[in-house]
Amino acid sequence: MHYESELREPLILGDKSLHQITEDVCRPIEGKANKYWWMAFTLASLALLWWIISVSYTLGTGLGVWGLNKTVGWAWDITNFVWWVGIGHAGTLISAILLLFRQKWRLSINRSAEAMTIFAVICAASFIVSHMGRPWVAYWPLPLPNQYGSLWVNFNSPLVWDVFAISTYFSVSLVFWYTGLIPDFAAVRDRAKTKASKFWYTVLSFGWTGTAKNWQRFEEVSLVLAGLSTPLVLSVHSVVSMDFATSLVPGWHTTIFPPYFVAGAIFSGFAMVQTLLIITRKVLNLEDYITIYHIDMMNRIILITGSIVGVAYITEFFIAWYSGVEYEQYAFINRATGPYWWAYWSMMTCNVITPQLFWSGRLRTSLFATFFISVFVNIGMWFERFVIIVTSLHRDYIPSSWTMYSPTWVEVGIFIGSLGLFFVPFLLFTRFFPVIAMSELKTIVKSSSSQAKKKGAHKHEH
Amino acid sequence: MSTKMAYGIFEDEDFVLSAIPKLKEKNFKVTDVISPYPIHGLDHALGLKRTRISICAFLYGATGTSLALLMMWYMNIWDWPMDIGGKPSFNLYKNLPAFIPVMFESTVLCAAHGMAITFFLRSKLLPGVEPHVIDDRMADDRFVMSIEVKDDAEKAAAHAAMKEAGAIYVKN
Repeated sequence: MHYESELREPLILGDKSLHQITEDVCRPIEGKANKYWWMAFTLASLALLWWIISVSYTLGTGLGVWGLNKTVGWAWDITNFVWWVGIGHAGTLISAILLLFRQKWRLSINRSAEAMTIFAVICAASFIVSHMGRPWVAYWPLPLPNQYGSLWVNFNSPLVWDVFAISTYFSVSLVFWYTGLIPDFAAVRDRAKTKASKFWYTVLSFGWTGTAKNWQRFEEVSLVLAGLSTPLVLSVHSVVSMDFATSLVPGWHTTIFPPYFVAGAIFSGFAMVQTLLIITRKVLNLEDYITIYHIDMMNRIILITGSIVGVAYITEFFIAWYSGVEYEQYAFINRATGPYWWAYWSMMTCNVITPQLFWSGRLRTSLFATFFISVFVNIGMWFERFVIIVTSLHRDYIPSSWTMYSPTWVEVGIFIGSLGLFFVPFLLFTRFFPVIAMSELKTIVKSSSSQAKKKGAHKHEH
Repeated sequence: MSTKMAYGIFEDEDFVLSAIPKLKEKNFKVTDVISPYPIHGLDHALGLKRTRISICAFLYGATGTSLALLMMWYMNIWDWPMDIGGKPSFNLYKNLPAFIPVMFESTVLCAAHGMAITFFLRSKLLPGVEPHVIDDRMADDRFVMSIEVKDDAEKAAAHAAMKEAGAIYVKN
């Protein structure tokens, strides 16, 4: 039996019994959606519609409908790709890395954070496909035999590594998430009242009953998947950063990119988790599970990773000067004082200054402050990728080809629309899937719930 | 099923865990405990062997590493070596650093999927499998102990023993 000091904050409030946890988690699935859910769903569907229109127009007409030009060949497309992949990283960090570190506060948030990962990676992948312009040849980066020789893909290229990294990341995250969902689907199945829901949750739960042997294997599988996902998630954004770092473009050709990108990814991912969960816990009445303590812990991670990102920005600038390479120096001075200065300073304000507010315990535990800061961080992290990509490209080695870039309505539509591509499945997830990993959460009721703490305190009095 | 089972329903993990040795002492064959969440120490109490699924994962992973290396060697070194940007790929040893990311991804891909598939097949978990639900709350807050019995007399004895050990009710 595991005992925990009652001085530690309880992770489950409201004196919940095992049965109440099941009730609370199943309520959104079994009940009807409220009007806020329908409003959000309508808005998200409209955004998704805009995405479909913009992507169809791009694919039907060609990439000429975007604002790209000869000098700036990558802009919003890759900015959005990197932004979405980065957001996904928090889910894997919570479910895998915090599992290895035995951080129990992950248990109420891992399910929804992993869902976020999966939908965010889908959004990211959609940008890769749409920026190809000709998605019907999207299989070209795969090592398939072909009629040109075979002329194989070049495995020295980070773009090919990225194909392997993103597809492995997506499919492994999906398996990890689904394996964890199976016991919870079984709990929903056994409570199901209607024939249709009984049928569907029976299919989804794969016939799970929860025998001792199955649980033993389940725990081993979770542990090994966590052990595999941990280096995987670190590798994914490292490889994404190498798409830039292995090129010779000033501003991109930087050895600190892999750790700096990974820290930035976790930073923005946690911000997105905060934005989503502050709303979700309220709408689904999960305040006893996703407590202020959880919010506080995530804010600490935002503070740490935000500081790493800040140091990385300053290091980049210092190294540009210290290297003595004029082109590198120009790229950085141009970022801060050139025509895109506003993007650079938005990035600096949102990513370096705002997270430092979290040194204050009062702001860390304030829902209002957390929500706004998390939105600022997401905006800042979007600008970070925009700054890295566009400002490094728009003034290249020949001043005659210097140019500016601005997006057309199509690119704006694809980006805003991708939020719909994200929120439509996320909202459906909150209606049909157990949003809290209840079978895992139940393991800590005896040690870390408010009820257990009271019992422990009571014992000491005697 | 040819063997008969007696089921006892418990409402706390500690009651089940303490009941198992008591029932084993009385020579009952405790075969399984179904629980809504994994219970620490249950596998020892029931005498389950350690699962070998992580050994499988290692083997799948090693297969993934080797296949990726073999593929890249064949494509970029043997079949069609390319010289891109003055960086020829004419032997495996010199190219190995560039091959590490794909070898790593392939290791994780094969280990994770291989292990998950093995887990599903070994545990007979597939879409369409009809679950044997003994109690509607066994995935909620109840713990179901099963004892294998030979005849009705032993079943009655098993039921009585489980009740004595803390079961809130018993089932056939």
